[in-house]
Amino acid sequence: MEPVTQVYGTAIPFCRDNVDTDFILPGEYLKWVTREGLGAFAFKADRYLPSGEASPDSLFNQVEFAGAPILLAGDNFGCGSSREHAAWALSDLGIRVVIAESFGDIFRNNAVKNGILPIALRRGALELIGQVAASKPLLIDLENQSITGDNRVLARFQIDAFDKFCLLNGLDEIGYTESLMPDIAAYETNLAARKPWLQPSKSEA
Amino acid sequence: MTTPQPRTLYQKIWDDHVIAARPDGACLLWIDRHLIHEVTTPQAFQGLREAGRKVHRPDLTLAVPDHNVPTRFRERGINDPRSAQQLELLETNCEAFGIELIHMNAPDQGIVHVIGPEQGFTLPGVTLVCGDSHTSTHGAFGALAFGIGTSEIEHVFATQTLLSRPSRTMQVHVTGKPGFSITPKDVALAIVSAVGAGGANGHVVEYTGEVIERMSMEGRMTVCNMSIEFGGRAGLIAPDETTFAYLKSRPRAPKGTHWEQAMAFWSGLRTDLDAAYDKIVEVDASAIAPLVTWGTSPDQSAPVTAHVPDPQILPDKARREAACRALDYMDLKPGQPLQEIEIDYVFIGSCTNSRIEDLRAAATVLKAGGISERIQQAIVVPGSGAVKRQAEAEGLDKVFLDAGFEWREPGCSMCLAMNEDKVPVGLRCASTSNRNFEGRQGPGARTHLMSPAMAAAAARRGRLTDVREIVKS
Repeated sequence: MEPVTQVYGTAIPFCRDNVDTDFILPGEYLKWVTREGLGAFAFKADRYLPSGEASPDSLFNQVEFAGAPILLAGDNFGCGSSREHAAWALSDLGIRVVIAESFGDIFRNNAVKNGILPIALRRGALELIGQVAASKPLLIDLENQSITGDNRVLARFQIDAFDKFCLLNGLDEIGYTESLMPDIAAYETNLAARKPWLQPSKSEA
Repeated sequence: MTTPQPRTLYQKIWDDHVIAARPDGACLLWIDRHLIHEVTTPQAFQGLREAGRKVHRPDLTLAVPDHNVPTRFRERGINDPRSAQQLELLETNCEAFGIELIHMNAPDQGIVHVIGPEQGFTLPGVTLVCGDSHTSTHGAFGALAFGIGTSEIEHVFATQTLLSRPSRTMQVHVTGKPGFSITPKDVALAIVSAVGAGGANGHVVEYTGEVIERMSMEGRMTVCNMSIEFGGRAGLIAPDETTFAYLKSRPRAPKGTHWEQAMAFWSGLRTDLDAAYDKIVEVDASAIAPLVTWGTSPDQSAPVTAHVPDPQILPDKARREAACRALDYMDLKPGQPLQEIEIDYVFIGSCTNSRIEDLRAAATVLKAGGISERIQQAIVVPGSGAVKRQAEAEGLDKVFLDAGFEWREPGCSMCLAMNEDKVPVGLRCASTSNRNFEGRQGPGARTHLMSPAMAAAAARRGRLTDVREIVKS
């Protein structure tokens, strides 16, 4: 995973509440068996007309938002299905930061694991950012936990300390956990003695 | 010695599984059980291969295909090459990494959240994960069960652990006597509506109260299943005699001495008297009417006897806009009586409502008459091979077939339309599933969520119908 430190650029104001991961990436693309190439289908129902042509009304199709690395969202962004394909699709679309009032828990985890910074802010702060972002680019600084635009700090944000550590370092979590294998082995040995009934075994009743 | 801090059931299970805690609050959590299916695993297996890693504890993992499987003509194989590829990959990956797979054509195949409990793979007090948001279902057994993404699946494969942090806690206390024909699905929809689609984000929900205590395991699974629809990280119900009676003698449940040891451990799995939750929500079940959703978020529901709400009466701008967009997508008008909404498709199934009690409830409504001529397709998709056999032994398949339903093979089916079972664009489905999202049952499909009995009633009349008009107390 690429580290995330600072992100600078325009923000797409897609501020609906309860944008679910089905909407971010429809179920038909869950048949993909790779992580790449899903950006073309992100927000399909919004970006394309039923005929397959690009929708002229979609924010994602406006020339000023081409390549925008920041998504401004509403409340409960990424609710619903656990599909990491939604995070892969956003990443493939070039999104590095999503700013929302709140996130679905599974989506938030998936975002962090794909180098997308999820920032939760109160509605008032979101509205201020939206006003500035309408004409100016934003600078997101993860180290300082700040959002800057129009030469001023628009908001400071909270983030889980471990998520911040993972994002800043582009941490390989499995590699990190493997360094704790002695602890895991000790837990397993103890578990087998403590809960012998836990070992699955199939038998006909 | 100091008195131990009172803990919730969630905190007890969490503490019992922490291997190591970091100063920043993140914990390395042991995972007792891992369920997998064909859709969210191919990239995780590929990741293992690329890094030269093995599955650390294949014996704690159980695989079953469910999302893509056809629900009829299985002997003909799978038409869609991408679906076929996912099933093939699940087979070859399980073979290569030593994971037990319940094959598509095996008698026990079914929806992952139906077969886990049915097999006794799901147990009280365990941590259980699956790459599927409805993993919350297993919380009905007092298991800490939650959905994970594919990167986390790979992490569990490689280490049998997850890096996670504790959630806040929410108690949903359900009291009162539910009225005639009020089912666990109605209770679940009422809770989702009361809390709001994102109201439990960051929380693990524990359900308590006499209504929950009196529910069967099937009913409790329906309620826990819907926890994710109001943002719950997991849903939990303390195990009791109902839980133990369900699990005893299940194929993979502990036997003999192990059963006794397990029971001794399980009996301590409850929230301490003085433990505090971060949030408490009270629900009066006696006030719940049969519910149907009118919008495109599961919290947008109303009693079937009511009217399509007017978005303009909603308190804030965001909710007004959301409701307007939902009514536009659903092609509904404010003030329209819900019972005048005509239905084209009926789907009885999904990890929410495909268990034996669900099928019995629907069949009861269909015994007195068949489905309306308006209905283009009505299907029953049992949750598993075992559910299907049980239903057939009870003659329920005959009731459904005589009424005009199709009787299918187990799988996720029309809940998310990954196989051939889709609702065509612009048509309207009475569905016992869990999500009415835009496009969920097919591009442009319109979904109304409800209980199995209510879906059967809608099938009978070809429009949303109060089941109490058909089945009298």
